[in-house]
Amino acid sequence: MTATVTAPPPAHLRQGLIAQNPSILWFLAILAAFCFGVTFLAEATGTGALSTSMVKTLGKTLCLCLVALAMDVVWGYCGILSLGHMAFFGLGGYAIGMWLMYARTEIIVVQSLAEATLPPTAAEIRDGIATQIFGVVGGNEFPAVWAFAHSLPLQLAMVVLVPGLLALVFGWLAFRSRVTGVYLSILTQAMTLALSLYLFQNDSGLRGNNGLSGLQNIPGLAAMGQDVIAIAFFWASALALALGYLLFAWVVSGKMGSVIRAIRDDEARVRFLGYHVESYKLFVFTLTAVVSGIAGALYYPQAGIINPAELAPIASIYLAVWVAIGGRGRLYGAVIGAAVVSLLSSWFTGGGAPDVNLGFYTVQWTDWWLVLLGVSFVLVTLFAPKGLGGLIDLIAERRAPQRVGDYGPDRSALRREEGPPQGGEQ
Amino acid sequence: MTRFRLLRVLLALLLMVPAAASAQTLQDVLQRHAEEVADPGRRTVAPVIDDLVASGLSGVPSFLTAWSERSVVRRVEDGLFFVAREEAGGTLALLDIATGEPVAASVPGDAVESVRPNGGVQRVIGTALVQFQLSDPDITVRRQAVGALARALAPSQIAPLSASIEGETDPALKERKERLLSYLLARFGASPEARVAALDTLAGDLSVATRAVLNQILDTEFRVTAEAPEGPRVARVLVPGDDIARDAAYAALVEAGLAQAAPTPAEMKAALEASIVEGQVGGVPVAQLFTDEARARAYGALAEAGTVPPLVTEAQIDAALAAHTFFEEYAETDADVIAAAARALASTRTTVAVNQAADLGLDALSLASIYFLAAIGLAITFGVMGVINMAHGEFIMMGAYTGYVVQLFVPDYTLSLLIALPLAFAVTFGAGVAMERLVIRWLYHRPLETLLATFGISIMLQQLAKNIFGTQARPLTAPGWLDGSLVINDVVSISYIRIAIFVLALIFLAVLLYVLNRTRLGLEVRAVTQNPGMAASMGIDPDRINMLTFGLGSGIAGIAGVAIGLYAQVTSEMGQAYIVQSFMTVVVGGVGNVWGTLAGAGLIGLSQKGIEWLNPANTLAAQTYMILLVILFIQFRPRGIVALRGRAAEA
Repeated sequence: MTATVTAPPPAHLRQGLIAQNPSILWFLAILAAFCFGVTFLAEATGTGALSTSMVKTLGKTLCLCLVALAMDVVWGYCGILSLGHMAFFGLGGYAIGMWLMYARTEIIVVQSLAEATLPPTAAEIRDGIATQIFGVVGGNEFPAVWAFAHSLPLQLAMVVLVPGLLALVFGWLAFRSRVTGVYLSILTQAMTLALSLYLFQNDSGLRGNNGLSGLQNIPGLAAMGQDVIAIAFFWASALALALGYLLFAWVVSGKMGSVIRAIRDDEARVRFLGYHVESYKLFVFTLTAVVSGIAGALYYPQAGIINPAELAPIASIYLAVWVAIGGRGRLYGAVIGAAVVSLLSSWFTGGGAPDVNLGFYTVQWTDWWLVLLGVSFVLVTLFAPKGLGGLIDLIAERRAPQRVGDYGPDRSALRREEGPPQGGEQ
Repeated sequence: MTRFRLLRVLLALLLMVPAAASAQTLQDVLQRHAEEVADPGRRTVAPVIDDLVASGLSGVPSFLTAWSERSVVRRVEDGLFFVAREEAGGTLALLDIATGEPVAASVPGDAVESVRPNGGVQRVIGTALVQFQLSDPDITVRRQAVGALARALAPSQIAPLSASIEGETDPALKERKERLLSYLLARFGASPEARVAALDTLAGDLSVATRAVLNQILDTEFRVTAEAPEGPRVARVLVPGDDIARDAAYAALVEAGLAQAAPTPAEMKAALEASIVEGQVGGVPVAQLFTDEARARAYGALAEAGTVPPLVTEAQIDAALAAHTFFEEYAETDADVIAAAARALASTRTTVAVNQAADLGLDALSLASIYFLAAIGLAITFGVMGVINMAHGEFIMMGAYTGYVVQLFVPDYTLSLLIALPLAFAVTFGAGVAMERLVIRWLYHRPLETLLATFGISIMLQQLAKNIFGTQARPLTAPGWLDGSLVINDVVSISYIRIAIFVLALIFLAVLLYVLNRTRLGLEVRAVTQNPGMAASMGIDPDRINMLTFGLGSGIAGIAGVAIGLYAQVTSEMGQAYIVQSFMTVVVGGVGNVWGTLAGAGLIGLSQKGIEWLNPANTLAAQTYMILLVILFIQFRPRGIVALRGRAAEA
């Protein structure tokens, strides 16, 4: 990388970030329009056409889009099919949930102790909080992992550090011993399973399968209604998504982006060219894990509850499903996939979809949605490997029929065995 | 006649001259204690029974039984005892107490008064009966008597038990009696020598009863004294803070009257709350009492005024703890017996540990065979073909549901199992072939995408099973001959179902090795695995081979599903429980090799059981650590235990 480059870099690398990725502007514009639209329709700030729970669902969807973005970068661009990013997402949620639960319980305990004859000591308050939080798993003392739960800044640091460090250590171990491809997927899945099994234990210190609850009540903001909090978190999620999009667009463009994509396409060749493949992979893996943790920290205050089932391996597989359906290897594809599939999923399973009467059998979508999802997933994998994002290419093609070369950065997401890419770049 | 006998009995009683043993009858003995027999009390009945036993008359056991069962009556007119039997019409037939012969005409119910010993007396009678039952000609009676004796060991049983051993004809029962006698002698033996001798015979015996007897002898009591204790009765000295919590040690001191009770924080708080005067406690304003120091200060002021018990400082507690010794003392007083019992227990513990290790080994073996069954189909599809089949777990589920459906139609469990095994293979073979033809074969060049596509199939199959069979678990009942378990001794046992699964795993291993190494199909499979292009140019149809291989792997999953369903619940989610473990088994073992899968299953089964043994309370933790272990293992052998070498490894 430090090699002396005498010739100027190719034209497309000298352009700015936006010029390289015109989709950024489109994306930001659409996101902004969406946000203002929702704000205009929300209960707290607008006409009230959108219920508070709907605003929360949309805010949560934005967080899912952010974690899908991270998944797309690590899988669609770097070729690491990680089945652990929902675990990082959950860890971020747990990290912020610990503070939310601690601080809120503290307010309740202090209030109840204030009526006592003697002013409470610090130890009494702490014991009271511990009994409140851990009574459900038969404990009354704080485990070591709660050491920083009293402090918002420290716990916010945990949101970044816990998933980041886990990803760093795990990635270092895995990439160092050159575990790749399918093996790496299975290994990340094993890590996720181990984590969720650990959290399921009552003595894990995180309330076992009860998880953390009451996270929607933000301490210190009790006076504010849930409708206001919902729109605030919606905007925070949108902001995080926009920043995440910019960050990842920057990561996958330019020279580093080229190396990352080259690793996906032929890891050995990149290594022979003198790049330290492991460092690139570790960087991408850890960065995406951190972003996943941040997404989780924004998601769970809106969801209100987190439990170890949210970290189960199946959640991470669904994440891969969203990205694949949306179209991996392009950032907006991941966003489209996560938004469409998760919203459709909650529409179908929430009983929103009308039943279909076939005469001899009534299809109830709560029962058949997963069958439909499974089938459509197989169909997308087989017949539309570009996913929903591929539709954008059709529009682009219509607008510029004479264009030579490939659309978007995603064409090489498909393995070369599927046939040579059409057009340039050969 | 009866009058005369009664007269003689009365005479004998009056003169305090016992009747000659040779001449007396059971009725005589009873008449001597007539009042106690007719209205027995728990304390007064003992001499009667002793007298009865000492008489050595043959009718005593049957009388005792009848007495205990409340069928003995006393005739009102002359006070004689009979066994009564109710007849039709409300009258009673009177039987002789010694012989059981009818002695007189039926009498109405009010001609006799019944004898009703209470529960306590019945127990005493029962104990006395044991000695007769121990030598009863009927072996079932003897067995019951020995069982009753074993449930409540008492010193009084030594004599009758040892008397009955000589004449015991059944070797097993004789051994049992001797063992029981050893227990009795060990606990209640007359001399320390006899007890030590009995204890030495118990060494190394691993039955629960022996361990209980030894533990009872080595029962300890917690004590605290000012001077250091010595002597053989001291089991161990407890160091406060290490062996015993500081608070508990101090509480023991207080309880023994050796130290002053320290007010607990709650008591201190209550005392402070009770002593608030004009917003102050002991001169400290209430508003300042939010630290422990301020509270201690306020409490100290109160204590000085004498209104509350004084505060005990930490230093005082430490000094009190240091001045005393805490120890456990054996309830047993004899040093030799303690030493012998400790010796016997140590030897028993060693034997138990060895047997527990054997039991653990069996458990690990059975778990390994389950993992092997679940993973071997995957090893074929993933290992040999390089295809990730996330729906493999759902094939296991399909096999289990096939077994369930067959049982709905064929009620005979053995027969239905025999039908279910091949049928499950056929069903999942078909499903596997269909999946390969429709989906997998388009994705051979995109292995990560087979993972996603088969995951789609997996959630679809799971939801379909849920829609068809519902969410509750369905039973797959094992045939009767698989019930129960093979008990080797009190520690080592294994259920027959697990043995059957182990045998099934062995059969699978043999069949697969044969198919892969000795048949045309196996040759072609290996050829296609190593180099599809070259295999095709040799006239092998790779498409057909891939299809058959995938079908074979899926079919085996179906059979494994039937086997797993026999001992686990059949639910639509059962496949999920095995899929990650199966993948890890294949990855740890090494891809593309049946032996590798065997080694992987063995390693994972063994390590999981080993971790469970270290931390028996928590199987979840065991699984967590096991997975971490696997992740670390992959670090050192990324290609598994049995790694392929050469070109095939790079494919």
